[in-house]
Amino acid sequence: MHEQTIAEMSRALAAGEVSSVELTRGLLARIERPELAGNSFITVTAEQALAEAEAADRARAAGQAGPLTGVPIAHKDIFCTNDVRTSCGSHMLDRFVAPYDATVVERLRAAGCVMLGKTNMDEFAMGSSNETSWYGPVENPWDRSRVPGGSSGGSAAAVAARLAPGATGTDTGGSIRQPAALCGITGLKPTYGRVSRYGMVAFASSLDQGGPMARTAEDCALLLDGMAGFDPRDSTSIERDVDDCAGALDSYPLAGMRVGRPAEYFGDGMAAEVREAVDAATQQLAELGAEIVDISLPHTELSIPAYYVVAPAEASSNLSRYDGVRFGHRCAEPSDVLDLYERSRAEGFGDEVKRRIMVGTYALSAGYYDAYYLKAQQIRQLISDDFRKAFSDVDLILGPTSPTTAFPLGERADDPVAMYLSDVYTIAANLAGLPALSMPAGFADGLPVGVQLIGDHFSEGRLLAAAHGYQQATDWHRQAPPGID
Amino acid sequence: MQWETVIGLEVHAQLATNSKIFSGASTAFGSEPNTQACPIDLGMPGVLPVLNQGAVEMAVRFGLAIDADIAGQSVFARKNYFYPDLPKGYQISQYELPVIGQGQLVIELDDGATKTVGITRAHLEEDAGKSLHEDFHGMTGVDLNRAGTPLLEIVSEPDMRSPREAVAYAKKLRTVVRYLGICDGNMQEGSLRVDVNVSVRPAGQAAFGTRAEIKNVNSFRFLEKAIEFEVERQREIIEDGGTVEQETRLYDPDRGETRSMRTKEEANDYRYFPDPDLLPLEVDTSFIERVRAGLPELPDDKKARFVSDYGLPAYDAGVLTAARELADYYEAVVTAAGGEAKLAANWVMSELGGVLNERGLDITESPVAAEDLGGLIRRIEDQTISGKIAKEVFAAMVAGEGSADAIIEARGLKQITDTSAIEAMIDEVLANNPGQVEQYRNGKTKVLGWFVGQVMKASRGKANPDQVNQLLRDRLDG
Repeated sequence: MHEQTIAEMSRALAAGEVSSVELTRGLLARIERPELAGNSFITVTAEQALAEAEAADRARAAGQAGPLTGVPIAHKDIFCTNDVRTSCGSHMLDRFVAPYDATVVERLRAAGCVMLGKTNMDEFAMGSSNETSWYGPVENPWDRSRVPGGSSGGSAAAVAARLAPGATGTDTGGSIRQPAALCGITGLKPTYGRVSRYGMVAFASSLDQGGPMARTAEDCALLLDGMAGFDPRDSTSIERDVDDCAGALDSYPLAGMRVGRPAEYFGDGMAAEVREAVDAATQQLAELGAEIVDISLPHTELSIPAYYVVAPAEASSNLSRYDGVRFGHRCAEPSDVLDLYERSRAEGFGDEVKRRIMVGTYALSAGYYDAYYLKAQQIRQLISDDFRKAFSDVDLILGPTSPTTAFPLGERADDPVAMYLSDVYTIAANLAGLPALSMPAGFADGLPVGVQLIGDHFSEGRLLAAAHGYQQATDWHRQAPPGID
Repeated sequence: MQWETVIGLEVHAQLATNSKIFSGASTAFGSEPNTQACPIDLGMPGVLPVLNQGAVEMAVRFGLAIDADIAGQSVFARKNYFYPDLPKGYQISQYELPVIGQGQLVIELDDGATKTVGITRAHLEEDAGKSLHEDFHGMTGVDLNRAGTPLLEIVSEPDMRSPREAVAYAKKLRTVVRYLGICDGNMQEGSLRVDVNVSVRPAGQAAFGTRAEIKNVNSFRFLEKAIEFEVERQREIIEDGGTVEQETRLYDPDRGETRSMRTKEEANDYRYFPDPDLLPLEVDTSFIERVRAGLPELPDDKKARFVSDYGLPAYDAGVLTAARELADYYEAVVTAAGGEAKLAANWVMSELGGVLNERGLDITESPVAAEDLGGLIRRIEDQTISGKIAKEVFAAMVAGEGSADAIIEARGLKQITDTSAIEAMIDEVLANNPGQVEQYRNGKTKVLGWFVGQVMKASRGKANPDQVNQLLRDRLDG
């Protein structure tokens, strides 16, 4: 049962072969087993999940069921949930309970999804290994001594370990795609503005984007259809009709699709075994009829420096609200307001968050703004221009998701720059606001390798259809980690 | 040495929208603390601002009223600093690209001359909450009801040269925003807040002196006094060989002085950057034209019309158009009075003005309706009553005794114009005062005035004074 994808569960529920309560009970039982969960959940909402499952079953009996009715999923603990703690992986918000639902949560609930709980993540989504979480690291189900990637590491690990068929994630510089790659699942970062950011705890507002994580492209399409669309509460949300992605999976055949292969994504820094898997996937796409075109994205190498100015700058401001005054951690016995700020923040935030607040504060300071923030925004424009030129010639861009497979827990924890380099292939899509997905494309030494597909703005339908076409012809996405029953 | 004072004002006008600039919470004043703050105003995690179109429209109204450039595209920026009543740790404001650019305001000086004061810019921003230091032993309370209230910050050029000019500018600005219906202009409640930049320089010097910014000036009187004090303070420093420091100072109305709040070195680095949660604000021509079509008649235009249409002196027209409600009242009086514009102006400004002043009332709270005052003036004009009796009638109207006609009727105040009745009174007065008659006939004609007084007294003020005068002359000279 837990091996089923969302599409399969949806069909089984529709056929009356299983109830939502049965599915929910079964998955909750798995989540309760630490050797399976590997710390992927911060909060499990068993009671509420069962109540929602019962409601879903009743709705179905009343003939009011959609494709997601009764399907259990997990939410990254960055999405605010009414009456359920939203920690964002931080001591700062350990006891924070929002009086509102994020739009993503609200929409998926309205679509009938059952929330199993809230998944672990890097603190405030700042990290590529899930090791910065105040609730401890998450284990990669493929190798419990390795990281699941980050920041949506809990969601990726939970889906890979079959604790949930799908989960939400957020992606500011690769936080959906990189853990999807490292855990062997499929994850999509939509076009900036496609999915509402309302109620999603902000890291870097101009880059953050919520999206689906599941085992197949088809499941990602089902979840995306449930969460996407214009939201008047988010001024950056785009007022434009969203394609029926699940219904369009066969509308964009791989045969004849022009797929660009940027030279800059295949240079030094990529592990040999990753290159092999990506090359093999490229070959397979070609065999399925895709036309592989060599292209160039000349400003790729500027992505990391631009990103690590823009993201911390916005974060330094977004995280100012955690001051111990209205909510969140407050230090004991503050002597005055300065002491209240300093100790509440010193105690509430972890090292990586503090590092980025300091970097961002510096980048925005008088006298440095032009040299850093403004320059980074200019680079962002150059990177967007690279993509615009590329998409005048190709339908999709293909490359690796991550330069390496899952690395051992602790290996890069003390080397921020090495950690930042994990994001080298994923960041550009955020800077340009483009949709991009990672899909399983092979293994290296028993660890999953992901391939990334980047599309033009609003091409989620095409991206998911291409990944679906690939997954119809391959079974990488069907592989399960060892020892998960 | 001759010194010149240079003054510029930064005025924060709270916009009269029903809801806040970035949330749907109410902006009503005076509610229980923290009852009008929603998750967006509280800066809770994940919530996002959505711009209130009403605030934009009000900013554009102001821009059109001061003949300013209205930016087709302007940008909201974050001004970052920590303060307990600033929920997000930043204020959403406009920095490099404000919605309203260069404009101007014409002010009237004490000598009746006019002066044009440049307005550098006006931008939209959100207000902060309030820190409450009383009632909390050793602690501070925070009330976030005000957080997110829309403000229009209006920055003038350093064009003013005296405290009186600064006051004239602030008053004019208040008049304009109230005419436009975008701000109630209440300085005590903080709806209109004035910060003033003051510097001095030797007369004839082109470069500006170092300025001090004075905050907490919450009345026009304090504005004048604060500037006077500050000018004196700076002049003394320079004359003693010192240098004025660039700083922010606080006006203390109890002591009538300004004192240092923070120096330039202590100033925050606000780390402004464009707010990524808000798209650039686009204001298109059709929106501007729609707003323009809905603009009311502005004070300067109204004043000019009062001079040309009603034949009022510029001074009267200025007083009567200082507030839109007063001007509306006046025009209603003129209509009811059948066009007696100058007489109506006198009555509104002196008699009614005196009563309102004495009772601390606004024109909208006038105890006498405009129609009733007009009715009174009509009775003066048609000689039903004299100007003097009219004052008695007016006092009765203020006391709530009804319309002028009803009071005249009830009190029997109708003017006596019957010649024979007046002559009878004159004869009686002359008969009782032979001595004075003698004096008059011996050439001491000044005594005529005394006789007029006696006859008026005998008629209990109701005799027509012009007739009394004429008939007395006829009798005494005849």
